[in-house]
Amino acid sequence: MFQLSPEGLGQVKKELARYETKESAIIPSLYVAQKENKGWINEDVIRHLSQVMEIPESRINEVFKFYTMFNQKPVGRHHVQICSTLSCHINGAPELTAHICKELKVGMDQVTEDGRFTVSRAECLGSCGTAPMMQVNDKYYENLTPESAMNILRGLK
Amino acid sequence: MSETKLLSEHYDKDEFIGLAGYKKHGGYEVLAKALKMQPQQIIDEVKASGLRGRGGAGFSTGTKWSFLPKNNEPRYLLCNADEGEPGTFKDRLMMERAPHQLIEGMIISSFAIGSKKSYIYVRGEYHYPIAVLEKAIREAYDAGLLGKNILGSGFDHDMDVYSGAGAYICGEETGMISSLEGLKGQPKLKPPFPAVQGYLRKPTIVNNVETLAAVVPIIKDGAAAYRKFGTEKSAGTKFFSLSGNVNKPGNYEVPLAYPMKDMIYKLGGGIRNGKKLKAVIPGGSSAPVLTAEEAEKVLLDYESIAAAGSMLGSGAIIVLDDSQCMVDCLANLTHFYHHESCGQCTPCREGTGWVDKIVHSILSGRGRLQDIDLLLKVADNMKGRTICALSDAAALPVISFVTKFRDEFEYYVREGRSKVKGTVLYAEMHH
Repeated sequence: MFQLSPEGLGQVKKELARYETKESAIIPSLYVAQKENKGWINEDVIRHLSQVMEIPESRINEVFKFYTMFNQKPVGRHHVQICSTLSCHINGAPELTAHICKELKVGMDQVTEDGRFTVSRAECLGSCGTAPMMQVNDKYYENLTPESAMNILRGLK
Repeated sequence: MSETKLLSEHYDKDEFIGLAGYKKHGGYEVLAKALKMQPQQIIDEVKASGLRGRGGAGFSTGTKWSFLPKNNEPRYLLCNADEGEPGTFKDRLMMERAPHQLIEGMIISSFAIGSKKSYIYVRGEYHYPIAVLEKAIREAYDAGLLGKNILGSGFDHDMDVYSGAGAYICGEETGMISSLEGLKGQPKLKPPFPAVQGYLRKPTIVNNVETLAAVVPIIKDGAAAYRKFGTEKSAGTKFFSLSGNVNKPGNYEVPLAYPMKDMIYKLGGGIRNGKKLKAVIPGGSSAPVLTAEEAEKVLLDYESIAAAGSMLGSGAIIVLDDSQCMVDCLANLTHFYHHESCGQCTPCREGTGWVDKIVHSILSGRGRLQDIDLLLKVADNMKGRTICALSDAAALPVISFVTKFRDEFEYYVREGRSKVKGTVLYAEMHH
């Protein structure tokens, strides 16, 4: 059973008091829980949040399912999201994606055998002037080539 | 012609990010001036400046503010920093390089409209801009620029940042309000407009990052000075995010009515790798595509681009060179809109799915000639039938791509491959 750490619980309590209504704390609390559950969210997590926040599971669930930054299945420690929308698309995103998947020996949205990586397609990340680019967990890497991207990924344990 | 850096003069200086550096360059002096004015004077000045919403719709900011009820009902200011329109990356620059400029613009705007609480709704992927803003807000509180009795004026104002979680639709103002309320980011029917009933059913003004920052120079030097830039109906300067197949992509601040040709060939350094210009999407991916000939003639203001059959939108210019396959580019966009439709209205939910399927069937070599007209028919049925503008935004690229580059679509159907590049690397990318 999933349980928030004391720090995580403290953060959720803080978010509950931060906005005009406690429902506004659903998105921030899902972030806290996702981080503590190895990067994804399942029914256990929703149930626990529902108890802690005193908000019905169905309310938390609909928010969880609507937003793409909440993962509905396990991801690697480093979630590699390659921007694939037009400016990146015409500046090498397809080649970048194919190269990374080949080098990491992994299909889209799968986890590498060692648990390190998941590669996903992302929609426009607001980095069109520095295409192609990828986001790895919280960080942007811009102006990539297939080789420079792999060098960055090899450095991530 | 070079840039006109009304807002971005100091963006190249790291010190401008922090409060001390911002103040060194005159920061918060305009707030001190504004707090001595009557709120209505500020609204009048903004109205007189001709400032129009910089997020995409281009509606008069002062007029939007004047829709608020004239009573003492609590009201909110929401800054739209959801920046999701493909091709747009200017708000990110503004938040990263000048967080205090935005905060100052927001406090002045809040004072004008009588709001005691504001939120900056930032797209969730922007972790770094969020961190920069949160730090700047803390600095502003510590310096008495936020909180109780700001600069001894008697005006109280609180400000906070809210992180979205990956949904294009939250850039639509009522979708954003839903999201901030802890709901799915689904847009609401208008009327009532947010200015009457918005966040928590209270009067709410939603303005884009660039719009709120522009309030600072307008109050500093007055509406007349702001109007020296641009045209009668498209006043002031605007950021354009230039991307695609150009040598020098980036954000450029220019007066409105700046020539597109100079944007691409002078500021943008021309087309990459010695190729030729083929087409330009002038205002974010929702704006109808312009051919090279149309683009090279157009000026970058709301009226000129509308007269050319497109939209200035968020100011995101995506440049396509002559090696780009228009079927492939459209497929990329139809995938985007299908992914981002919130699913609330049938014409959008079903329409975005159908056009995406049809374009991809052409792209995979399984297209039929009648599919081309079918695309136009489905797209036409998506227009003007939904709660928000996403459905129209998804239909416009389909109609413009197919109409203006029909020969490429017909060739692809007949030959089963791209007229321009033969094989298109798409298999795993698109689904």
